[in-house]
Amino acid sequence: MDLPVIESPSPKAGGCSAGSCGSTADQMGGMSDAIRAKVQDHPCYSEDAHHYFARMHVAVAPACNIQCHYCNRKYDCANESRPGVVSELLTPDQAVKKTLAVAATIPQMTVLGIAGPGDPLANPERTFETFRQLAAKAPDIKLCVSTNGLSLPQHVEELSKHNIDHVTITINCVDPDVGAKIYPWIFWNNKRIHGREAAAILIAQQQKGLEMLTAKGILVKVNSVLIPGVNDEHLKEVSKIVKAKGAFLHNVMPLIAEAEHGTFYGVMGQRSPRPAELKALQDACEGDMNMMRHCRQCRADAVGLLGEDRGDEFTLDKIEAMEIDYEAAMAVRAELRAKVTAELEAKRAKAHAPAAPQVVQFMPRATKALREFPEGRTALAPVGRRVLMAVAAKGGLVAVHFGHAKEFLVYEASAEGAKFVGHRKAEQYCAGDETCGDGESVLDKTIKALVDCEVVLCSKIGYEPWGSLEAAGIQPNGEHALEPIEEAVMAVWQEMLAAGKLDAPPVAAKRA
Amino acid sequence: MALEIIESCVNCFACAPLCPNQAIYEAKPHFLIDADKCTECLGDFADAQCVAICPIEGAILDELGTEMNPPGSLTGIPPERWAAAQAEIAAR
Repeated sequence: MDLPVIESPSPKAGGCSAGSCGSTADQMGGMSDAIRAKVQDHPCYSEDAHHYFARMHVAVAPACNIQCHYCNRKYDCANESRPGVVSELLTPDQAVKKTLAVAATIPQMTVLGIAGPGDPLANPERTFETFRQLAAKAPDIKLCVSTNGLSLPQHVEELSKHNIDHVTITINCVDPDVGAKIYPWIFWNNKRIHGREAAAILIAQQQKGLEMLTAKGILVKVNSVLIPGVNDEHLKEVSKIVKAKGAFLHNVMPLIAEAEHGTFYGVMGQRSPRPAELKALQDACEGDMNMMRHCRQCRADAVGLLGEDRGDEFTLDKIEAMEIDYEAAMAVRAELRAKVTAELEAKRAKAHAPAAPQVVQFMPRATKALREFPEGRTALAPVGRRVLMAVAAKGGLVAVHFGHAKEFLVYEASAEGAKFVGHRKAEQYCAGDETCGDGESVLDKTIKALVDCEVVLCSKIGYEPWGSLEAAGIQPNGEHALEPIEEAVMAVWQEMLAAGKLDAPPVAAKRA
Repeated sequence: MALEIIESCVNCFACAPLCPNQAIYEAKPHFLIDADKCTECLGDFADAQCVAICPIEGAILDELGTEMNPPGSLTGIPPERWAAAQAEIAAR
């Protein structure tokens, strides 16, 4: 792969700082070519790939060896999407059948993960039997696993045998005093151990497992749950430590806590972080680590593109009725994968081509500043402030009607380009007004979720939400329908700059 | 002397492989313990293994019907707090 601009950013590249131009370059900027090649078609590891490639989780691992305060294993609600929740537990044989059926039906499928509903490594026989069969029957599917880390060290050897080159460890802390507020107990050496002692053992095992995996060249992503008042500040230290030990990506996710989930945090009234708090922490960690911003915290039986679950199409009875020609499906998939990979490479090359036209044309001042201060850009204040914009997107384009959007992607636009910084749900986890019944409409909730954004880009928008958004200080914009997200975001930013809207701070109300 | 699994079991499989007597078996609607085989792990482990890993309070009873993991012991949620939250949800 020839991407010289990423490897050696040059200020002469027309104002496009390679380290932060576009989401992909930003997220993957710190990765070696070898790692980038490994993750470029993995929807969970590559922000770009998740628009094109799909994944699935098979729920073969019901048992768990620890308790987390954000988890309750009793409940399965079909309307809910959160880790640890499944509708149908599978045997390894059923899981293999389901994987082959999904891979034949959804050619974008590239990755099979085992993530629960318990801990995959607390169910080693079921987990490894599934991997064994799939490595033989579906050799083109990447296999990955997500674990709490307690049993990780003893299974590293076996993991490396199954061609599993991606492992995710959930690490919420490196300090047992913090851990004691997150983990009430673990099962260890035939005993249930509580409190600080339990957390200390868990932390030691996680760190040891991380070191063993990276020593073997297995890619490790670290997941952390951001729990306000418990580990928020602490996660900055976690990020530094896991990077030093060789993790290639850090995914800080917001705590999900509702009383109806029956979790400790939900029942005890622990609040979830606000979107701006999550973003601030991710920004703070980013100096040290590649941060992942597009995680949808999916269920342990999720199927399809991130954020578009198709699990209902692949229940056990439906799979039984399917006829699958896996050889043919594999050929279709190989073709599609090659096509998308070529598209992504072209897109990447274009984003980093010297003298990127959109920046040079519209930004004479910024370009001049860069030419005059090639080494010390901080010497001059950047022209035009940063603006957050929400995008109703599909497939990398501004392509969704405002009222139909289930989520919005949030981009930070600045002289340096458009940077993906997160996503916001347009609906709550439950079905809506009638079941949640707190008098707040879906529109009110959406506006609240987008409160720090100044613009919302969508393909179309109705009269009523237009007025409500404007009243809330968020400018709706339907003029860039079907344009690639980054181009649309930068075009709007340039318009704002030209109109003199970026010299002043955002409307006072937005700061509140 | 034997333990018993009751209907609040969520079928998570965690206990079955730990039993030194293979007394626990998969059944519908939930796992069961063969009372003839169960020794409560006496002589094998300091703690009954199913009780030590079960994530659900109240799902395993001893012969007297006592909950081996009483309310609040695993989640850390005080029972009165749990009751208040359930009442609040039901009233919505």
